[in-house]
Amino acid sequence: MQSKQLADGIAAGRLPKGRIAENFADLHPPLAGHEAAVAADRCYFCYDAPCMTACPTSIDIPLFIRQIATGNVNGAAKTIFDQNILGGMCARVCPTETLCEEACVRETAEGKPVEIGLLQRHATDSLMAKNKHPYKRAKSTGKHVAVVGAGPAGLACAHRLAMHGHQVTIFESRKKPGGLNEFGIAAYKSTDDFAQAEVDFVLGIGGIDIKYGKPLGDTVTLDGLRSEYDAVFLGMGLSGVNALGLKGKDPQGVENAVDFIARLRQAKDKSKLAVGRRVVVIGGGMTAIDCAIQAKLLGAEEVTICYRRGQENMNASEFEQDLAASAGVSLRHWLKPVKLKAKGGVLTAVELEYTELKKGKLEGTGETVTIQADQLFRAIGQTLGEDDLGGAVELKKGRIRTKADGRTSLKDVWAGGDCTDQGEDLTVTAVAQGRDAAESIHKTLMG
Amino acid sequence: MADISNNFVGIKSPNPFWLASAPPTDKAYNVERAFKAGWGGVVWKTLGEEGPPVVNVNGPRYGAIWGADRRLLGLNNIELITDRDLYVNLREIKQVKKNWPDRAVVVSIMVPCEEAAWKAILPLVEETEADGIELNFGCPHGMSERGMGAAVGQVPEYIEMVARWCKANTRMPVIVKLTPNITDIRYPARAAKAGGADAVSLINTISSITSVNLDTFSPEPSIDGKGSHGGYCGPAVKPIALNMVAEIARDAETAGLPISGIGGITTWRDAAEFMALGAGNVQVCTAAMTYGFKIVEEMIAGLSNWMDVKGHKSLDDVIGRATPNVTDWQYLNLNYVTKASIDQDSCIKCGRCHIACEDTSHQAITSMVDGQRHFEVIEEECVGCNLCVNVCPVENCITMVPLKAGTKDKRTGKKVAKEYANWTTHPNNPSARDAAE
Repeated sequence: MQSKQLADGIAAGRLPKGRIAENFADLHPPLAGHEAAVAADRCYFCYDAPCMTACPTSIDIPLFIRQIATGNVNGAAKTIFDQNILGGMCARVCPTETLCEEACVRETAEGKPVEIGLLQRHATDSLMAKNKHPYKRAKSTGKHVAVVGAGPAGLACAHRLAMHGHQVTIFESRKKPGGLNEFGIAAYKSTDDFAQAEVDFVLGIGGIDIKYGKPLGDTVTLDGLRSEYDAVFLGMGLSGVNALGLKGKDPQGVENAVDFIARLRQAKDKSKLAVGRRVVVIGGGMTAIDCAIQAKLLGAEEVTICYRRGQENMNASEFEQDLAASAGVSLRHWLKPVKLKAKGGVLTAVELEYTELKKGKLEGTGETVTIQADQLFRAIGQTLGEDDLGGAVELKKGRIRTKADGRTSLKDVWAGGDCTDQGEDLTVTAVAQGRDAAESIHKTLMG
Repeated sequence: MADISNNFVGIKSPNPFWLASAPPTDKAYNVERAFKAGWGGVVWKTLGEEGPPVVNVNGPRYGAIWGADRRLLGLNNIELITDRDLYVNLREIKQVKKNWPDRAVVVSIMVPCEEAAWKAILPLVEETEADGIELNFGCPHGMSERGMGAAVGQVPEYIEMVARWCKANTRMPVIVKLTPNITDIRYPARAAKAGGADAVSLINTISSITSVNLDTFSPEPSIDGKGSHGGYCGPAVKPIALNMVAEIARDAETAGLPISGIGGITTWRDAAEFMALGAGNVQVCTAAMTYGFKIVEEMIAGLSNWMDVKGHKSLDDVIGRATPNVTDWQYLNLNYVTKASIDQDSCIKCGRCHIACEDTSHQAITSMVDGQRHFEVIEEECVGCNLCVNVCPVENCITMVPLKAGTKDKRTGKKVAKEYANWTTHPNNPSARDAAE
């Protein structure tokens, strides 16, 4: 076993199957009834609650926690879903430590916030387990809206439109719905195929069709959708990945972190997934962390995150950084890759240059360090597949420019989520934007 | 070290903490454990007359209400007096007293309202060498339906009569336990005194229904779908008990009558408060039933520590110290003006003070200042009511600050007067005007 774990190169089965299954178990196991009661008791039912203000979807957190405390768990779930139909996933993946729980007054008081995320999961899981959709569609309006992308933004938009009685058709490029919830989240944050169960739950409202394998730009064009439908919502996320910007072709062993993460989520048996013995991840966001931790959980011996700026600049939350550190990932800062070393076209090491800020500008110091690596992941941000839009929509810094209600430069096109300039790489933000765009579309269509 | 030994109507105990007549004192096994744990005394669970003992229900006996974290706040009980044979109890009492000569053993008694019944049982109890008796005129459930317990305690004439019988038929000190299920506690207390009782103890439990099962529509505790009111006790009843103790302590007719304080005593603080209002010692039940006998260690240590810190040498330095400060509303000083003050450093910005004041009181606390979430007292509106202090989850974050005489009350625009002035002389009081004319 030892030899297998330490095998050079990129190999599967570094750890026994059972161990891998354990490693990928639910990061935050759900609260049982008693635990939920104890956690709910800690909520002070604040006035104009800071947690609620901190929530991008403005869930009435004190109310739903009070409902849990009084034994109305389904009512609690309804309070959550009223604002956020993907409240189940958000309960799992939201960086609550930088949102609601950071704002919790008990964080201020004792450094121990109310466990809002876990309580939200307790409520939403309970209602979703009943397999009964909690909303009814309004009478049909006869309007038909096209939604591009079955990710968080698209699903939230579609659900709210369907509630208002509109017909919705979603065009999804992949063969499966869910977007980043299905392909982009660490496996230990969404276990038991939850993303698919949640899509089924959302579709339970009725009036939503999904067409798979239909990316924008191929057979489906924005112009076509605009002429065929009463309105269009763009929520296709970001399909491009930033390159490292180094000379020459990347050797074998270099890959996009998002592809690795997607592969992990789709794998039926993770013990068959190959991972390097020595892994380097370039980047400082959640993708870098998710990628690095999971490489470690698959059995990589050394995993190093290299970020070109300081710890304080990392997009990944402190909690996520700690999670990585406790999984045995090394986090290194002020390092940028300058050269990938290879033997026979296969990656062997990465040379990095130390960086520093000079008059606010990031510059290399000239000093370098070499880290042995048989696998390297790029996690330095994603980009919009601009060509898909045919240049018709106005962009801002490479993303679709939107107003607060999701309107784009085209009067019949709305957008939300990561593909827009308002995107924050967060499920919960995408949900809020999809929902708000749906309200704006509804208002516009119904005059 | 402060001396916390207790002498209550001649009954001595090493500390003022007795276990009340209740399930924890029903048999030798429990009482032995209590004495080992350090309790100063017990009032043995109520004995009934000779003959087949009472029977209890065989379903649940207790109902409850809880606070946050399922802390027990109030307990309700439909258990009757001891359901064990009289002679078994008497034998055990005698043995326990012999084993623990320094502890107080008082025996609670409830027999029918006939002199013969009392005459019959008193010598039997006396023979155990117990230190005293407590007449159970308080239990509101079950026994009261048979003309005993609260049924006696609710008729002052009966209290006086039975107390007199007991004093005539035993050398033991007689403590009369009072029911709170009456309109004015002073009447039964006066009756006990008139009957020659050595002391009163209060409160017994309060008639109550703790909850209703919303699936079956049965009151809780449910006995086969039906419920009966029980006796309510625990922390929730403490304020009621404190008031009743104070009422008796400051009543001219009963002033000086020893009181054994009972009702929700859970910590040394509770005990000290009862004694400050005039109780000569205290009896505890629910706290022991919730946490076990060990709590007495906290009570003993806490009381001693507080007395040391404050320089009180013995319980006599404490007992009744707060009684003169209990007065009628009409004598409260209307020139005492306070304003709430929020310590911004300890404020956690939950906003409950604001919403309580805004929705239900005087609109005297801000929620936003210069676009920032900020809670601050608006002195022009603050009537000093203390609601914000009570709803604030952080201790000492909000305090009531008295305005010094001579300063301006921004609400009324008037200067705070130095003199004491109460309602009896207030110009808005019609009686005061009449008196002046």
